[in-house]
Amino acid sequence: MDLTWMGWTTPTAVFFVVIGGLIALMCIWEAVSPGGHPRKGILQFETTRGDRLFVTLLGSAFINLAWLAWFGSPLWWALVVCAVFALLVFLFV
Amino acid sequence: MKPWNNKAWFFVLPVLLLVAFSAIIPLMTVVNYSVQDSFGNNEFYWVGLEWFQEVLASERFHNSLMRNLLFSGIILLIEIPLGIAVALAMPRRGWGVSVCLVLMALPLLIPWNVVGTIWQVFARVDIGLLGHTLAALGVDYNYTQDTFDAWVTLIAMDVWHWTSLVVLLCYSGLVSIPDAYYQAARIDGASRWAVFRYIQLPKMRRVLVIAVLLRFMDSFMIYTEPFVVTGGGPGNATTFLSIDLVQMAIGQFDLGPAAAMSLIYFLIILVISWVFYTVMTQQDNDSVTDGRQGGGQ
Repeated sequence: MDLTWMGWTTPTAVFFVVIGGLIALMCIWEAVSPGGHPRKGILQFETTRGDRLFVTLLGSAFINLAWLAWFGSPLWWALVVCAVFALLVFLFV
Repeated sequence: MKPWNNKAWFFVLPVLLLVAFSAIIPLMTVVNYSVQDSFGNNEFYWVGLEWFQEVLASERFHNSLMRNLLFSGIILLIEIPLGIAVALAMPRRGWGVSVCLVLMALPLLIPWNVVGTIWQVFARVDIGLLGHTLAALGVDYNYTQDTFDAWVTLIAMDVWHWTSLVVLLCYSGLVSIPDAYYQAARIDGASRWAVFRYIQLPKMRRVLVIAVLLRFMDSFMIYTEPFVVTGGGPGNATTFLSIDLVQMAIGQFDLGPAAAMSLIYFLIILVISWVFYTVMTQQDNDSVTDGRQGGGQ
């Protein structure tokens, strides 16, 4: 199957594999240790584990865009900020 | 024995395949294009995050985004209250129901480009009924040359086209309220405002979430109607993000910057829709919880 029209590159393939991997990891986590019931965190709205992953990914996208707009590339430090953000979201939101 | 059967997930597969072909694969392609430059013929050159930086620093993008946010804000401020008001005024029984529902559904049946053409002709000063009447009344109106007039025309067109959707959604929420609620309100001597505030509005909340989300997403992605009526003008006064995006992708064939811009555009729609949805469903959950607590006391 010719997929050249999609213009695949290694970094974009890695990006999608990571996203897919995160979703798969969440499924395994839920199967091994069920507990994805909604809970109320510091933002005072109910979230499940899936919601927290969504918030993390969406927030990370904006963190990267903001970093790019203010500091430019590379985005390694933005990635560190995203990791901290993810930790905070999963712990407190 | 397990209390659930995971084979049920196979029922989701057809939808998943459909979403993959209609959304995920195109989205992947856009991501791939956003980090490359292309001159056609399937030849790509890696540029990294250059297009994103270019778009984020672009005044053209900022202006289009602001115009879009302003347009969506105005649309929601007009269409939601107006839709609720019309739905409240509609009859609940008798032949009037069918007449009103058909009348309300009519604008929704007209294709976007036809709506644009209707309003483009309707608002023209030389031959259009609206433009000609306003000119005859001495109103200095010309949507092709004046920014304010162009905006008023586009907003009026959108309100005409889409308020019906809000009306129909609100009406469906209103007719689902059992008569017992109104009888109880009458016994308590509740005012018209109290009935609206404590019975009708809470019962309409779910459909209002859908109405706000649909109208926000639709108005934020609006393309055909303003393109047909004003073409983004006068100047760039009504060039919304979608028009700007099409000009960039098809007019200039700048696929990379257009892909980067569309991804930023997508993220903005996603985050605003999520915030709307979360805030409104949360209020719904809170009211259910309060109701349970109140009932338990």
